[in-house]
Amino acid sequence: MREIRALIVDDSSVMRKIVERTLRQAGLASLVVHEAGSGSEALEVLEIEPVDLILSDINMPLMDGLEFLREIRARKLAAGVPVVMITTESSEEHVKQAIQAGAHGYIRKPFTAQQVKERVLPLLGAT
Amino acid sequence: MPVNDVNVMAIARPREKSAETPGPDKTAPGGRGSETVVSLRGSVARVADPKNLDSSVEEVFQLMLGLTCRRTPEPPPQEPESVTAMVGFGGVLSGACVLRSGGTAALRITARMTGMEFTGIDDTVKDGMGEICNMLAGVWKGKAPELAAHCILSVPAVITGRDYNLHVQSPEFQLHHIYTFGEASFEVTIICDGLQ
Repeated sequence: MREIRALIVDDSSVMRKIVERTLRQAGLASLVVHEAGSGSEALEVLEIEPVDLILSDINMPLMDGLEFLREIRARKLAAGVPVVMITTESSEEHVKQAIQAGAHGYIRKPFTAQQVKERVLPLLGAT
Repeated sequence: MPVNDVNVMAIARPREKSAETPGPDKTAPGGRGSETVVSLRGSVARVADPKNLDSSVEEVFQLMLGLTCRRTPEPPPQEPESVTAMVGFGGVLSGACVLRSGGTAALRITARMTGMEFTGIDDTVKDGMGEICNMLAGVWKGKAPELAAHCILSVPAVITGRDYNLHVQSPEFQLHHIYTFGEASFEVTIICDGLQ
């Protein structure tokens, strides 16, 4: 599989590492990871780094994941790049809000490598 | 004797509601219809079932750490330093999820999460405990989906120290369970102030 450049957005550095490890376990061995601790940091990364995949938490200080999603659409950043929300907020209402804001997928914490594989790989055209 | 007292309700206030969070039903006084309140009361009663807390702990620890925990009546051993992570509930449900452990369990939990070894309670350990608490709170409230839709979580707050007590101002209900894995143990407390 081709090299994948992923942006992982979470205010927890431990969770960013877990998401990276899980992506590798899910089959993305050739992975280049950019990290951001908030939506606003992630926007700065997207201004300078091209990415193939964005995984973002929702509940973050400064700029939450939904605001981040709306902002990348408004600024026309990362056009066509799949965005998957990884979060503890998993009610139907939260999923609906994320999809309306432009998310392509939703993974609830806690998660397994299998769930990540099933929800992320198809978005990259690799199943 | 503890020298530092911490009021849980005072420090575990949730973040402000997002503009996109489902708004209240304006058809009834207080912002919610009476049928909705009755339904949410039923949800609160459902999540207050102690088995829901046990299954939430099992799910989080099994999926994220590969650990099987056992509930125990034994109080955790006294350790010189402890870690307390808290996530507040906001929206229709007010309260907090509190995860507390001695240093030994906190180091083991974070080591399982990260695959790294820790010799002391550093920022990564605090971050890891906050995330476990965050997931526990999310899974627990998710046991009643209609409640989860109207209840948001705060970002985690973590306290470390040697002598402190947590105080709660007469909650509507409180669950307090102690779990062990290996020779380490931790406490999980759910405090609910009731429906707002």
